[in-house]
Amino acid sequence: MRIGVVTFPGSLDDSSALRAIRLAGGTPVPLFHASDDLKEVEAVVLPGGFSYGDYLRCGAISRFAPIMSSIIVAAEHGFPVLGICNGFQILCESHLLPGALTRNQGLHFVCTDQALTIENTATPWTSGYTTGQRLVIPIKNGEGSFQASSTTLAELESEGRVVLRYADKNPNGSKNDIAGIANTRGNVVGVMPHPEQAIETLTGPSTDGLTFFTSILQSMVGR
Amino acid sequence: MATIVVEVMLKPEILDPQGQAVASALPRLGFNFAQAVRQGKRFEIEVAGVPTPEQLADIERAAETLLSNPVIETYVVKVEA
Repeated sequence: MRIGVVTFPGSLDDSSALRAIRLAGGTPVPLFHASDDLKEVEAVVLPGGFSYGDYLRCGAISRFAPIMSSIIVAAEHGFPVLGICNGFQILCESHLLPGALTRNQGLHFVCTDQALTIENTATPWTSGYTTGQRLVIPIKNGEGSFQASSTTLAELESEGRVVLRYADKNPNGSKNDIAGIANTRGNVVGVMPHPEQAIETLTGPSTDGLTFFTSILQSMVGR
Repeated sequence: MATIVVEVMLKPEILDPQGQAVASALPRLGFNFAQAVRQGKRFEIEVAGVPTPEQLADIERAAETLLSNPVIETYVVKVEA
């Protein structure tokens, strides 16, 4: 199964995401921001990094890249999209996900192995987990504080659209300890932690992140 | 030539850690006047001649879609001679 990873100017974790897809058993397909060609992939990952140097606001300029026009249309029709870190910021700026990611409380760039709880296993990206499962996955960001209006937060909570929550301690002041959310349909998921950096014990704190990538493969096969 | 200024501020309910950091640095320099500080952005956009109502409408749209994120920010558009 072909899963695309978009490289924007300033993407950092695109090669790690491609590698995670390969280790999960998928066919990784590099996609480029300046083309609107999705190359017949069946799902897309927007990787972490600092696209366009985080100028203006994180993800604000990437949102208008040609590839995003194709992704936005496809996502509105149920095409699976996972945004990781900067990818999550791009999804919020694209209005595919509600809310925004702002400067961390305390202003620190936080780089640590973070304890998390899986809250929603109904999305194609998290179907391989069990609800309430604890994970340890790295976070590394300066602007990861999830903010949204109280109405939006209430909606996310009542509809079960919080996918991932910080456990033990909130690293950045995110509302409701939110580390990841989904759209109403569940096909679009954004997470601040980096599952693609927790796929092998040699380089990551755990292999807890790999299930994001095996989940999407299994979800697509079962469709 | 005119300059159109767009000022973007975080909404009051959104936490502004940068503004807080500035507020806590001021007293260290002996400046004790600040009760709170909010930090924002200012864009200066040069246009030829006096801006037309159509141009101003376009700038409003640009401010709403690109220069600010309405989820967390507000903006003000002003024309300076």
